[in-house]
Formats: sequence, C-alpha cells, structure tokens
Amino acid sequence: MTLAIVAPLGVPLLAAGLSMLLRHHRTAQRVMTVLVLLASLVAGVSLILVTDGATVATAVGNWPDGLAIVFAADRFTALMVTVAAGMALLAVTFAIARGEDDHDLFHPAVAVLVGGVAAAFLTADLFNLFVAFEVMLMASYLLLTLRGGRAQVRAGAVYVTVNLLASTLFLFGVGLTYATVGTVNLGELAGLPARAPTATIGVGLVMLAAGVKASLVPLHGWLPRAYVHAGPAVTALFSGLLTKAGVVVLYRLTSVVMDGAPAVQPWWLLVAMLTMVIGVLGAVGRGDVRGILSFHMVSQVGYLILPLGIWTVAGTTAGIVYLLQYVFVKGALFIAGGTVETLAGTGRLAELGGMLRTRPAVAMAFLFPALALAGLPPSSGFVGKFLLVLAAFDAGTLLAGATAVVVSLFTLLSMVKIWNGVFWGEPNERVLREPAATRFALPVPAGGAGDLPVPTGGAGDLPVPTGGAGGLPGPTGGAGDLPVPTGGAGEEGPTSGHQPAPLRRGRLLAMTGPALLVGVATIVLGLAGGWLIGLAEPAALSLHEPATYIEAVLQP
Amino acid sequence: MIPALIVGILAAGGTYLILQRGLVRVALGFVLLGHAATTLLLTAGGLSTRQIPFIGAEGATAEMADPLPQAFALTAIVISFAITAFLLTLAFRGRDVLGHDDVEAEAAPDEEEPR
Repeated sequence: MTLAIVAPLGVPLLAAGLSMLLRHHRTAQRVMTVLVLLASLVAGVSLILVTDGATVATAVGNWPDGLAIVFAADRFTALMVTVAAGMALLAVTFAIARGEDDHDLFHPAVAVLVGGVAAAFLTADLFNLFVAFEVMLMASYLLLTLRGGRAQVRAGAVYVTVNLLASTLFLFGVGLTYATVGTVNLGELAGLPARAPTATIGVGLVMLAAGVKASLVPLHGWLPRAYVHAGPAVTALFSGLLTKAGVVVLYRLTSVVMDGAPAVQPWWLLVAMLTMVIGVLGAVGRGDVRGILSFHMVSQVGYLILPLGIWTVAGTTAGIVYLLQYVFVKGALFIAGGTVETLAGTGRLAELGGMLRTRPAVAMAFLFPALALAGLPPSSGFVGKFLLVLAAFDAGTLLAGATAVVVSLFTLLSMVKIWNGVFWGEPNERVLREPAATRFALPVPAGGAGDLPVPTGGAGDLPVPTGGAGGLPGPTGGAGDLPVPTGGAGEEGPTSGHQPAPLRRGRLLAMTGPALLVGVATIVLGLAGGWLIGLAEPAALSLHEPATYIEAVLQP
Repeated sequence: MIPALIVGILAAGGTYLILQRGLVRVALGFVLLGHAATTLLLTAGGLSTRQIPFIGAEGATAEMADPLPQAFALTAIVISFAITAFLLTLAFRGRDVLGHDDVEAEAAPDEEEPR
C-alpha cells in the first residue's frame, strides 16, 4: 500500500521534472500528463478499496516513529485523492482540446499542482502541509499568470499576495504550535484543546490560513477577482482542486486536532451561512458566465463547511457526499462556460444568446451540471443538499438549514440567468459567427468566420437571409461570393471554403465531452445516491472517530 | 525577549509594506514577513519534549540545538525565496504590460475581455 500512498504525490512531481525536459514536445507532454493523472486515479481508487474503516499510513524512508515524514490515507483522503485526479483529468482534456496547453510550462505546472494537492490531502504533519500548500500554490500562481497579459498580471498580484499572506500566517501557526507542544505531527497533536489549550492558537492560525485558501467569507475577495482571468481550463482545474484542499484541511484539523471544536461550532455556522448568502448574492450581480460561476464557488464552500458547524456523523456524511459530486459539477460548469467562450470569444451574457440552437451539445453540457449545482432532483446535487439540510434540521440548526434551502433557490436563479443569457432566445450575430472559433479550428455553423467580412445587420445591398425552414432562424449570410447556407442551423453547418479544420467535430466533442460525461454521471449518481452515501459514510466515521487514523499515523 | 522583539519589528515592517500599492514594496514586505516567520520558527526549538538528535551524546542536552526547527526554517527560506522571485517577476511583467507596478490602479476598459 506504500506505493499507492506515495504515488499520487510522487509520480506527478517526478513527471513535472520530466515534462520540463520534454517542453518542446507537446504531444509527449500531453501523453505524460494524462498517464500521470490516470496513475493517480488508480492509486486513489485502490486506496478507497483498502480504507473501509481502516487507515493506511507510511513513514517515508523508514525512519523511526516520530522522526519520519508520515503520509496517511483514510477513506476521506482516498476519496479526495481520487476525485481530484479525476477532475484534473477532465480539465486537462478540455485544455488539450481547446489548445490552452500551448505553453511550455503548462503541463509541468499542472503536474506540480496535482502532486501538491495530493500531498496536502495525504500528509499527516502540519509542516508538510505547509510545504504541500506552497507547492500547490506555486503551480497555481504560474498557471494563473501564464498568459502574462494585463488582466493576468493584475489578477495574479491579488491572488499571489493574498495567498502568500495566508501562507505566512500558516507558517506562524506552525511555529507557535511547535513552540508550545514540540511537535507538528497530527497524531501527536490529537486532543490538543484538552492537553494544551494555548497550542490551539497556533492551530487556529493554521485553520485561518486554510480558511483563506477555501475562500470563506469574509476572506473570499480574492477568488472572484482572480479566477475569471485565468484560462477557462485552468479555472476548471482550480475549481476542482484548490479551494477543496482548504476545506479538506479544515475537516481534518477539526477532526483530529480540535476534537470537533464544540466551542467554535456556532461560529462555523455563522461563517457557513454568510459564505452561502454573500457568495450567491455576488453571483446574482455578475453579468458574465465565469464571474457568476466564480461567485458560486464561494457560495458552495458555505455548504461544504456547514458540517463543521453541525459536526454529526450524518452532517459530515452529507458534506462529503456533496463535496464528491460538487468538485465535478463545478468543473463541468466551468468547462461548459469555457467552451462558450472558446466559440463566441466572450462570456458576457449580454452579448450571447440562442446557443441552444447552434450548439445543442454545449447547452446540454451546461444544463445537467447546472441542475446539479442548484440541487434539483434527480441529480446528485439534490442528494447532497437534501442530506445536508436534513442533517442541519436534525441537529437543531434550523436557521442554517433554512439558509441552505433559500440559497439553493438563488443558485437556481443565477443558473437560469446563464441559461437565458447564453442558450435561450434567438441566436445573435456573434453566436452565429462564432468569431473566436476559427482560432481553434472549430467548425463554424454558417456564414463567415471571424476573419471574413461579414455584414452586421444587413449592411450593404446583400439580402441577409433570416428565418429559415422549420421556424429556425437562419444564420446571417456571409459576404460576396461565398456560398451562403440558410435554414437548418445545425451543429455542423457547412462551412465556408477556406476553413483550416482537420479536427473539427472531434475537437468540439473533446471540449464538451468532459462536461457531458459529468452531466450523465450526476443523474446516475443522483439515482444511485445510496451507493454514494455508502462510499462517504466510512469517511465521515473516520473523521468522527479519529482513533484509527491517529494510531496509524503514530505507528505507520 | 530579543527574538520576540525581532519578530515583532519584522512583522510590523512587513505588514506596513504589504499594505502599499506597488508590487515591489509588497514583495519586500513579504521578505520581511518571511524573516519574521523564520525567526519565530528558530526560537520555537527546545529539547524538553524530544530526545537529543544524535546517538551517543548522552547528557549533552544543554549544548544541543533542536534540529527540527532549523529544518523548518531552511525549507521556509527556500520557499519564500522562490515566491519572492515570482513576485518580482510579476512586478517586472507588470511594468512591461501596465507601465507601472501599481496593482490597484484603474483597469483599462479592454482588460475585462476573456480570451
């Protein structure tokens, strides 16, 4: 099992180095990243299989207990490793499909990011957690600013400084903890509030830093400002990995070190409610796809930390069920939104419309994850939210449960807003031309591509045909002597003569495929919710009865 | 007492600098904060809770330093060095594309366009 524990962090980090050497061979880099992620996935699944009520741990280098660096995996860790690798695989597929990995450092940075996240999940040592966070954040700084434009520099400055400040706080926390109790091993820190109350200040600082990385309100301001300026695939990748690492650390520290922290539970409830409400209100106020989705990320973190305020087995099970499906759902939404941007060249709702007619596959790729995010049955999001609200009511935290329900309605509202803005209604000029699509050698539905002189609004003496057969609005015509197809604005309309499009349909499928896959999975998992709960329950039990985890960490 | 003062002064200076608008000052502020954290880590050592690090040196606890915080400090220095380099690169890039390193300046209207 040692191999399965070390592989999710060791393999990507080794591959990152190799990927640097292969930086002029994009295909080799791509193959390697995909293989690495598959290896992490396999390691994660094998960890899930062996951690039913048990914890596996390994002391790297076979140093004696207390000196060795310990990595441990219980069911919770195993699930998170698997989910992170799976989501990274989908996001990388999307990145490759839209050519976003067209930078020498993209693949190495992704590998480092994935390795760092896995290390943060697996480590059983506060200082190593700091290192893992830094490894992960360093890669994320790079991925965010990779394009080096003005917006990226600006977003990068905010993102880097906020996260760096949190990391410095984290380091102070580690130092204070070590100064008080002389250890940073999670197993040895177990039951700290009873033994050494002052040491909880250090651990509290660490949790504050994790809260910044999880973007809890009021520490959330950096996320919506930074994420919208990353590439679409990078945003999808970040959404699945970064904030979730913060949430996982909060769960782990509350469970192992803080004994559930009964004294701060009301505060967790307050923070969870604030995060839900402020996030969703911010989303309602935005007018672009990724802006809305980014604020929703803040809002959903509120759901994820609600179990910390309830701290019952039912609540934690619900939180983990929600977390497992949410990682994919949010990633899929960013992928669908990113596909829209890739085609139309913008994510602003006011400039889009009617894509359901021109690109039904993209619309479907957005629809099902959106339903899951809002928590409508029969999606997996419904299972998670239903369990969560039920657990909140059972624990007597009525206000928090009610907030979760109301915020779900607002979530639905802003999903409907995106749907109306992007997919519903009549296709407009921009959607029909898809000016950005040619850059990615995608099929253009009709008329001219972006580089053609297309008359807007029937300029000149050309009759612009609209209103084709079957009530479908025909695409507006191209200019001059181009063959102008009218009528059936199908997904694969005939294109004008000089399209460089060798990959065409396959490429669009590769872009939307990950999101469609998630869409199908949310429905399947929603119907098979019992299986999901069965998967998550040992994880929740391991968090509530951390004795086996602690024992495994102390004697790996 | 002295280490506490050092940490306090470094942290105060660092906090002042990261509240400035220019990215280079922010980077310098993080250098100071990083030093504060490193100093804190070094003063956190102590052999009261663990045994002496080297085999065969019984009874010499008073002359021994705790090696673990030193390892922490080294790692933290390396990390903060890397991140300082990144921040300065970002500031340099900002000078190229923005003309200044002021992160809070008004965004140009064409910047919001996602690719």
